Amino acid sequence: MMMNSSLAIIELSALLVPAIKIVVLVFAVILPMVAYSVWAERRVSAIIQDRVGPNRVGIPFTKIGLAGLGQPISDGIKFLLKEDFTPGHVNKLYFWLAPALTMVPAILTCAVLPFGSELFGEKMVVADLNVGPLFIFAIASLSVYGIVLAGWSSNSKYPFLGGIRSSSQMISYEISLGLSLVPVLLIFGELNLSTIVEEQSKNGWLLLPLWGDGAIWNGGWDRFFLFFPAAIAFIIFTTSIFAETNRLPFDLPECETELVAGYHTEYSSMKFALFFLGEYAAMIIGSGLIVTLFLGGWSLPFGWDGALMSMAGNPEQVPWWLGIIHISTFLAKVVGFIIFFIWVRWTLPRFRYDQLMKLGWVVFFELALLNIFITAGIIILTRP
Amino acid sequence: MPIVVKRPRLTLAEKCYFPALMKGLRITMGHAIRILRRKKKVTMQYPEVKWDDNLPDYYRGAPALVTDEHDRERCVSCQLCEFICPPRAIKIVPEEIPPGDEWQKVEKRPEVFEIDMIRCIYCGMCEEVCPEQAIFLRKDYAITGVSREEMVHDKEKLYEIGGKREGLVNKWNELK
Repeated sequence: MMMNSSLAIIELSALLVPAIKIVVLVFAVILPMVAYSVWAERRVSAIIQDRVGPNRVGIPFTKIGLAGLGQPISDGIKFLLKEDFTPGHVNKLYFWLAPALTMVPAILTCAVLPFGSELFGEKMVVADLNVGPLFIFAIASLSVYGIVLAGWSSNSKYPFLGGIRSSSQMISYEISLGLSLVPVLLIFGELNLSTIVEEQSKNGWLLLPLWGDGAIWNGGWDRFFLFFPAAIAFIIFTTSIFAETNRLPFDLPECETELVAGYHTEYSSMKFALFFLGEYAAMIIGSGLIVTLFLGGWSLPFGWDGALMSMAGNPEQVPWWLGIIHISTFLAKVVGFIIFFIWVRWTLPRFRYDQLMKLGWVVFFELALLNIFITAGIIILTRP
Repeated sequence: MPIVVKRPRLTLAEKCYFPALMKGLRITMGHAIRILRRKKKVTMQYPEVKWDDNLPDYYRGAPALVTDEHDRERCVSCQLCEFICPPRAIKIVPEEIPPGDEWQKVEKRPEVFEIDMIRCIYCGMCEEVCPEQAIFLRKDYAITGVSREEMVHDKEKLYEIGGKREGLVNKWNELK
């Protein structure tokens, strides 16, 4: 009897813990971050353009403004209360399916991102898959179907053009996106994102190999030489993530100046909001992926993780305060990258269509391919 | 004759786009920092800070009726403004000035003078056409209301906005 009940408790906790992680991560972290990155987008773009931006919405019925932090909430209420209009000329099934198909893959990909080390003995990742990056590529490229379906089912010319552009944009960057990551995986010899971050925590971030075995003075010559292919991979990967998330300078499917609003021209209310949220969720996950692979994920720089661990005593168990520090480090890095995304958006003009294709097919594809061989060569020469 | 525009030859640095990107990022960051450090102030926080004192004399705000120095309403109900008004915002019902009135020689005055401020486009045609200089565009610009009726300015409201205006036309005064 005792055995049975304890087994039941174990099973229940095995079910509950991932469920709690999913709910907390998605509803308490990702969705508020999406809402507030929209606010950040508006504020940062305003600052860059010498404006003020939304700075008034605070606590309702008071004069307390809080620098406009209430804006996302009022935006959300607006989206919920607006008329959800479905035009008569659309293909209803796909028209309704498309927003979900943009939002769901964007949220799904956060399952494998390690957003912290450990908290109370639990690994801070929803699904500790051994094929993390592959999973992300597989799921993230699904989101293009949402855009293509939206463009096609809207049955009007601007969304259609947006959809077409989106699909051909995808084929031109997705290859370099995948290939640019191969050198990174070669360097770590690992596909599990948690292990990749732990390795970077011990031996230096991929783009900052200054401590542990990665530092030159500790004999980390391989990491020193591998820094250059890693930097190339970083540039290609970041640029491709820009294209993947349909952000300027690659927002061709949306392209306000040419295509009204691109694929979501015919959408209104919450369906439009889903596209919007999907775009920003993809941006957050994309930043999270870049941070995880190139900038050490949740780890602190200069080997402070190890120092703090030894300060805490028990080398096996990560203390709760360090776990929280790790989570906040990860979120801080992601926020930094989101601001970088916004900063680039208001700096660069949109690429012409053929320029994007040329960049994807002629420059990045070859560069990524060459980068793999360079990395492999360096690894053979420097690692005994 | 078609003109062939020669494209400039780009150097390698220009071709690889990266220096230009960095330059652009520096410019936008410069703007952001200048705004954040409050070195530059562009936006005026409207309801708290207003620009009213700097409005130019030719500013075209809400049209209003004025009285002359004898408190006589200047409008003689000629209805020229009603006819010229492009959005047809003005409605006038003329009335004869009853005998015994001090200004009986003026003959007409408006019984009803309404300007629908929802329609008004602040073009100033009424002011331009008025032979009596009775209607002027004032500097009021924040005309608000919660119903359509509220947005129609009647005679009382128009005189309230307009007030007294002395000088100008002296046609009906004893001096002349």
